[in-house]
Amino acid sequence: MKWLTALLLLIIAPLIGYHYGNFYALHVAGLVGIYCILCVGLNITVGYAGLLDLGFMAFCAIGAYTAALLSIKGLSFWITLPVCLLLGGLIRYLIGAPVLRLRGDYLAIVTLAFGEIFRLVANNFDWLTNGPKGLPRVGEKISEIRLFSLSFTNDLQFYYLILFFLLCTLLISYRLEHSRTGRALVAIREDELAAKLSGINVPRVKSLAFVLSGMFGALAGAIYVHWIGFISPEMFTFWESVLLVAMLVIGGMGNIAGALLGVLLLVGVPELLRPVLGTRFVEYRMLIFGLIMIVVIIFRPEGLLPSKRRAAELHAKDD
Amino acid sequence: MFIEQVINGLTLGSIYALFALGYTMVYGILRMINFAHSEIFMVGAYIGFWVLSSLPVFLPGFLPAYFLAVFILAMLGAGLLAVVVERIAYKPLRHASRLAPLISAIGVSIFLQNLIMLTAGASSRPYPEKLPLEQFNFFGAQVSSLQIFIFGLAVLLMFILTLFISRTRLGKAMRATAENHIVAQLMGINVNTVISLTFIIGGGLGGIAGVLNGLYYGSVKYNMGFLPGIKAFTAAVLGGIGNLKGAMAGGFILGIVEAFAAGYISSENKDIFAFVILILVLLFKPAGLFGEEVPEKI
Repeated sequence: MKWLTALLLLIIAPLIGYHYGNFYALHVAGLVGIYCILCVGLNITVGYAGLLDLGFMAFCAIGAYTAALLSIKGLSFWITLPVCLLLGGLIRYLIGAPVLRLRGDYLAIVTLAFGEIFRLVANNFDWLTNGPKGLPRVGEKISEIRLFSLSFTNDLQFYYLILFFLLCTLLISYRLEHSRTGRALVAIREDELAAKLSGINVPRVKSLAFVLSGMFGALAGAIYVHWIGFISPEMFTFWESVLLVAMLVIGGMGNIAGALLGVLLLVGVPELLRPVLGTRFVEYRMLIFGLIMIVVIIFRPEGLLPSKRRAAELHAKDD
Repeated sequence: MFIEQVINGLTLGSIYALFALGYTMVYGILRMINFAHSEIFMVGAYIGFWVLSSLPVFLPGFLPAYFLAVFILAMLGAGLLAVVVERIAYKPLRHASRLAPLISAIGVSIFLQNLIMLTAGASSRPYPEKLPLEQFNFFGAQVSSLQIFIFGLAVLLMFILTLFISRTRLGKAMRATAENHIVAQLMGINVNTVISLTFIIGGGLGGIAGVLNGLYYGSVKYNMGFLPGIKAFTAAVLGGIGNLKGAMAGGFILGIVEAFAAGYISSENKDIFAFVILILVLLFKPAGLFGEEVPEKI
């Protein structure tokens, strides 16, 4: 019942907002939706499996660039989307195979390095990506998303499209969390050796989580580029990946509700406050996030909305 | 061309080596990646920038003393900042999981970068040129006095550090703490003091590397620490993280590789090479060239 009310609210509220001409709030809502897909996806790697990924935006970039390049050629979104997902998943798999053997902090640094390599490639390989100027090139256009006779052009239509994909993301993530694989992931996070000894195929399960979360990244990128109609390497810097991690840390790693709360606090609230407090506030935003991140990891490492299991784990006495 | 690239590589390598020592010393003692070290480097460069642009050279003959003051101030400022960061952001997490201090360090990094951006501006600023620049001919290649100065200072500092670690009581205490905190404590070593000392020395060397970087490239910017930071970390891993001589060697190797990659292959993609080296080393030789393979403790 609670969930149904929330869903109805999510469906009806934007219509009212649109009716009264509050377009900015609608745009923010769409942005929050995109970040939710990213964060819930990253949560599978960082939260469930406990693998710190500092280059996640690279997979958002892969989705966005693939969607942009294919749709400029005139392909429909419904064809490019599976291509984006498969390509994102495949690259993630190929990277994961050697990388996932590394232990925690080294894994984080290697994902950072891969993330930066993808950004530098997008920045330097002009023939493919048009370099820092971004896509589409002058005279080109990213084609519209069409569903039967409906074409997606304004923020309201995109809001519903993003909401639909977000609900899919949430459903998959929720089902994963409560599945055998989900429990295996948590077991690996808590003690990799013990998990291995209980018969979990550690490399396979880790790789599955890594690939799945990368596909969510590609999904978010593909929708985003169609919505905004532009993409450049600057959107996928290391600091964007770090911002996603910050959302998870502050919201609560390993918990879907925590991930959503993190997005609301770090994207929703600042964007809504932007017109009220002015651009000066936006400049202080990152400074404040950095501080909150330190305070949270020291005093409440399980985040504001923790998963019960994760909280118990983090507050366990020294073993 | 060849000798010129070697000279460029040695200059770059001097900066990376000094910078990498901070990563490796902290890792040796605390087993953590001090992600905020790149911001200590940046703040060091800014301290040098502020001193150089506000303090005039009183007498022409006092130039060496003047630069000594600049370097000491940058070293002290960066070293103290590193200790403060350790006390606030790392110390409470000493017994937490391995990822907790890394996340905290990233928080520090975001905070310091944005603090400098908000106070000193978002655009890059030219570094004051107070060192007399001369060009020398060295086997047909051009060497500037600045390059000689950077190399000389770096080698001198590394020599002093090596003597300090191997010959003094405090150095011995540091080596003991790196070996085992509990046993070191039982031998009467104040582990907290040793950790603070490590951050002062590592941070101070990072700050000097920042000033040298500013002098060499002629500018400072709030995000200047990130890329050199990754490269210095690569150097530390390349030499075997935790190993001081390894970090020095790794710094010079990386500097020379970068100079040759920029000179012979593609200067636009030289940063990609640095990241590829980092990935390859971590994947295939995580213990580095001079490190020992330590099996994971259960």
